[in-house]
Amino acid sequence: MISLQHVSKRFGSDGAPAVADLSMEIEEGETVVLVGPSGCGKTTTMKMINRLIEPTSGSIVVNGTDVLRQDPVQLRRGIGYVIQSIGLLPHRTIAENMATVPRLVGWDDARIHKRVEELTAILELDQELLHRYPGELSGGQRQRVGVARALAVDPPVMLMDEPFGAVDPIVRGRLQEQFLDIQERLKKTVVFVTHDIDEAIKIADRIAILNKGGVIEQYAPPEEILRDPANDFVERFVGSERGLKRLALIKVSEIEVEEGPVVGPSASVEEAIRTIEKHDLGWASVVEDGELLGWVDGAVLEGRREVGEATPRRFSAYVTADSSLRQALDSIVTSRTQVAVVVSEGQRYLGILTLERISREIVS
Amino acid sequence: MNQPVIGAILDWDWVGRQLDTIGVQLVEHVQLTAIAVGVGFVISFPLAVFAYRHKRFYAPITWVTGVLYTIPSLALFILLIPYTGLSTATAEIGLVSYTLLILIRNIVAGLRAVPADVKEAAEGMGYTRRQILWSVELPLALPVIMAGVRIATVTTIGLVTVTALIGKGGLGFFILRGLRDFFPTASIVGAVLSVALAVVADGLLLLVQRFLTPWARAVKVRAFA
Repeated sequence: MISLQHVSKRFGSDGAPAVADLSMEIEEGETVVLVGPSGCGKTTTMKMINRLIEPTSGSIVVNGTDVLRQDPVQLRRGIGYVIQSIGLLPHRTIAENMATVPRLVGWDDARIHKRVEELTAILELDQELLHRYPGELSGGQRQRVGVARALAVDPPVMLMDEPFGAVDPIVRGRLQEQFLDIQERLKKTVVFVTHDIDEAIKIADRIAILNKGGVIEQYAPPEEILRDPANDFVERFVGSERGLKRLALIKVSEIEVEEGPVVGPSASVEEAIRTIEKHDLGWASVVEDGELLGWVDGAVLEGRREVGEATPRRFSAYVTADSSLRQALDSIVTSRTQVAVVVSEGQRYLGILTLERISREIVS
Repeated sequence: MNQPVIGAILDWDWVGRQLDTIGVQLVEHVQLTAIAVGVGFVISFPLAVFAYRHKRFYAPITWVTGVLYTIPSLALFILLIPYTGLSTATAEIGLVSYTLLILIRNIVAGLRAVPADVKEAAEGMGYTRRQILWSVELPLALPVIMAGVRIATVTTIGLVTVTALIGKGGLGFFILRGLRDFFPTASIVGAVLSVALAVVADGLLLLVQRFLTPWARAVKVRAFA
């Protein structure tokens, strides 16, 4: 979808190039995050795609067309663009701001009106805001309007320059979730610049870690970068807690869980006690036809003959197949017996996860 | 305190008899001012946009208009008489040249104050340079530009009275006549009406500015809410 070949940018006639001989391919529908320390050329690289910065040499092809042979104004109208400070037009209402590019490309009023309604729904914006001016909105609201505006003509490619950098961490988290949500539905090709590696890990399909001069140190999915950093630079940049960050990217359903101590309601108490002692957890899950009913221990079973006569206790927390290993880890360390019980939709029992099992994932 | 003193000096009968002339001179005063500010704006605008886009021309342009601004008005009119005579042109050349510095400085300052992120976003969305100027930069520079127009207008209204010396002058006609004939009523009528005109013109322009920049009000309302 986007192909950069041997792209260089030098500001002024001498001095070190901001970007030197950078080549990368970006597939259709994927979110690629350019991340790196300041001065690594990540913003320069992004701005060369819509020619806000002209490359000194090399070629950039978007959707089969060489951008350097295209009229820059026409090119930009076909690429969504969001910047950190958003840059909403302060003298235009929110609705007019969202209509900016449709107006530039000559849509009629009816079509624009309909599109603004759609965008308002997609970004979950309050209808009431449409007739306000940008100065009257909160930072988070403005940011969402900025994204809506960039999506207005439904461009296949979006360039986003630290779009969530100017809002507080709570709002940023919500905006990231919303971005992932929208991206899941719209499947845009997104080039996203940030200096925040955690943001990159959270939203990227692939991360390009850039060093000074636009040198790509590693270009890989987040999980791979965390598991197998290409060199010291990447390892330092990714930072400590590499293992923990990786756990956040792996779903419980992706690894094998242990069966754990399981008894059926028809099992005898002796059998149940044997199972409990064998696993040395002090309890066993009660599962009937695949459905998890709860847990029993020696005290609960006291004086009964069959497990079914006792009332199983409810687990205070489970993890689901969709949970990340990081959430599972949290569940493990806060549970009394250092185990997380895994269930799927409809309380179907899947098994248990232990600290040992998860740490095996970290070192693998 | 002032009221009875001025009242005693004023020859109200004369004022009553001169109402028609006062009207005529008032209209002339407004015309001279409007032409001066209007022509001044038409000259200043392209120069200011040019100086904004080509930074190195800003200093020479403001230097030349600054020199014009410092020439005493009386001297300027006398210098012009050999060329343009005792005409409206003479008056306007002087008046226009005094508006240039104020207008150019304010237009450039207004354009320079447009937030860089707004310009960058506009460029990134595919606005042409011309579209950025007309639909982003100028609207956002409007409050500062209008401030310049207000200062230029008020200044010109005061200066118009000086052109009475070359046979124009609007309300300055009465000021000069009062001095010549030792007749304070005429001078006071001319001066007071000239000041009043300046205050009214400034107020009207402020209203125009408010009307043209509804977003600025909306933001302020929120800031105080």
